[in-house]
Amino acid sequence: MRTRDLSYWLFLTPVLFALTTVVIIPLGVGTYYSFTEWNGITTGDFVGFENYINALQDQRFIDSLWFTIKFSIASVILINVIGLSLALIVTSKIKTNNLLRTVFFMPNLIGGLILGFIWQFIFIRVFANIGQAFGIEAMQGWLSTTTTGFWGLVILMSWQMSGYIMVIYIAYLQGVSKELIEAAHIDGASAWQRFRHIVFPLVAPAFTVSMFLTLSNTFKLYDQNLALTDGGPYNSTEMLAMEIYNTAFVQNSFAYAQSKAVIFFIVVAAITLVQVYFNKKREVQM
Amino acid sequence: MKWKKWRLELLGVLLGLIWIAPFYLMFVNSFKTQRELFEGTLNLPSSLDFSNYIEAFQEMNFLQTLFNSVLVTGFSIVIIIFFSAMAAYALARTKSKVSTVILFIFISAMLIPFQSVMIPLVSLFGEIDLLNRGGLIFMYLGFGSSLSIFLYHGAMNNIPETLDEAARIDGANKFQIFWYIIFPMLKPITVTVGILNTIWIWNDYLLPSLVINSPGSETIPLRMFYFFGQYTTQWHLAMAGLTLAILPVIIGYFFAQRAIIKGVTDGAVK
Repeated sequence: MRTRDLSYWLFLTPVLFALTTVVIIPLGVGTYYSFTEWNGITTGDFVGFENYINALQDQRFIDSLWFTIKFSIASVILINVIGLSLALIVTSKIKTNNLLRTVFFMPNLIGGLILGFIWQFIFIRVFANIGQAFGIEAMQGWLSTTTTGFWGLVILMSWQMSGYIMVIYIAYLQGVSKELIEAAHIDGASAWQRFRHIVFPLVAPAFTVSMFLTLSNTFKLYDQNLALTDGGPYNSTEMLAMEIYNTAFVQNSFAYAQSKAVIFFIVVAAITLVQVYFNKKREVQM
Repeated sequence: MKWKKWRLELLGVLLGLIWIAPFYLMFVNSFKTQRELFEGTLNLPSSLDFSNYIEAFQEMNFLQTLFNSVLVTGFSIVIIIFFSAMAAYALARTKSKVSTVILFIFISAMLIPFQSVMIPLVSLFGEIDLLNRGGLIFMYLGFGSSLSIFLYHGAMNNIPETLDEAARIDGANKFQIFWYIIFPMLKPITVTVGILNTIWIWNDYLLPSLVINSPGSETIPLRMFYFFGQYTTQWHLAMAGLTLAILPVIIGYFFAQRAIIKGVTDGAVK
């Protein structure tokens, strides 16, 4: 097939048409609208960077940005630590390893919205009951404060995503040769030394993959946020994606929301490009 | 050494129980009456009463909702697989600057978060009256094709071009070569692409919530808001509703566990 053949373009037309109308045109039009007073119906006047300047001075937007960053950092660390631990446990030839893999991975198949609702029940009702039974004051009133809302979200995401990260680590751990570990064992290396000097360097690429998967997933989180806390109390657990949604569809400030969406795009793209850079750098070294 | 393995086994089982606990609690409490649930969430229900399920089933309009989810997911998957494989075939077999640029555009599109396009997207599709299930399926092709083309393109490298040649000499046209020779050989990656897109589309909430407005067309995630509305949540019904909602997924997972875990791993690592 050559690029001037009709068949080449026929094969590409459906996806190109869909991508153009669903992603490229909305992105272009949206970026243009973010410089206007667009209200969903009329475009309004061209206002330059006014929406952007307002967005960067918008306390609610800035708060949600900080909350998202703090949430992402806590989640990325916990998910990766738990995910790697689970991977080490289920690859250690224990009898229940297949069953455990199935169980740990299961939450990933269910939508964030449904998981959020299940955990809302756990945090509000079950935690309260456990607290009563054992006299633990700290287990009462979860999700009603910013701190418990924050940790509620972190726990939910760690529970959901650790199994996903686990399967990625497993894929890399399986590449570690048994002979190598055995040899080190015979030479008298302790379990920690074997992990630190043999397993760890070999699964290092898995860290890059996992870190950025968790980072981009937690940074763009919406469904779980909506179902678990809905941004409450008083919008203090509202993350970026939800802040943009609310600006657009609750406050009906379309152009203003779109300027925030463009800022969001730039931040997400920057994170991803840093990832690509690190991946390439690693490949060069290897 | 024996002792150590035993401790690891115990730790694993303990963690497994913690992981399954939310599902267990959801299930157990779905059989309780409102009053029973109010009194405690940790004990077992007094009887195996299915009345919550009957009520939730009706309130969710479960069969219609399930049908909508199957319809939207099924059609989306079929067109994503078919058109992405076709496009990847054309791009992989035509080594040129144009192909490189097109592939680059698709890969770059993966960088764009949904929130950055959702507002104009809804506005544009609203103007041409496509805020319905048909429009939704088309949007899934637009959002889903990038990763799918990327995965298919990678797999195409392992299929020798001599196959195309042989088929061409036998008189097959471009589409016949693709459909009868290449596409069957892409089966392993088709499974991966199908699984990844099914998990995503079946569970997707935000896009359908913006696109589907008419009652009776909602997919399962949209319908969950019936239980978690503006006012106090009726936990006993909500637990039965949530159990019903995840039941199809659990059944699917039970039958296709290996393929699912492999597909998700391939999708992440590649």
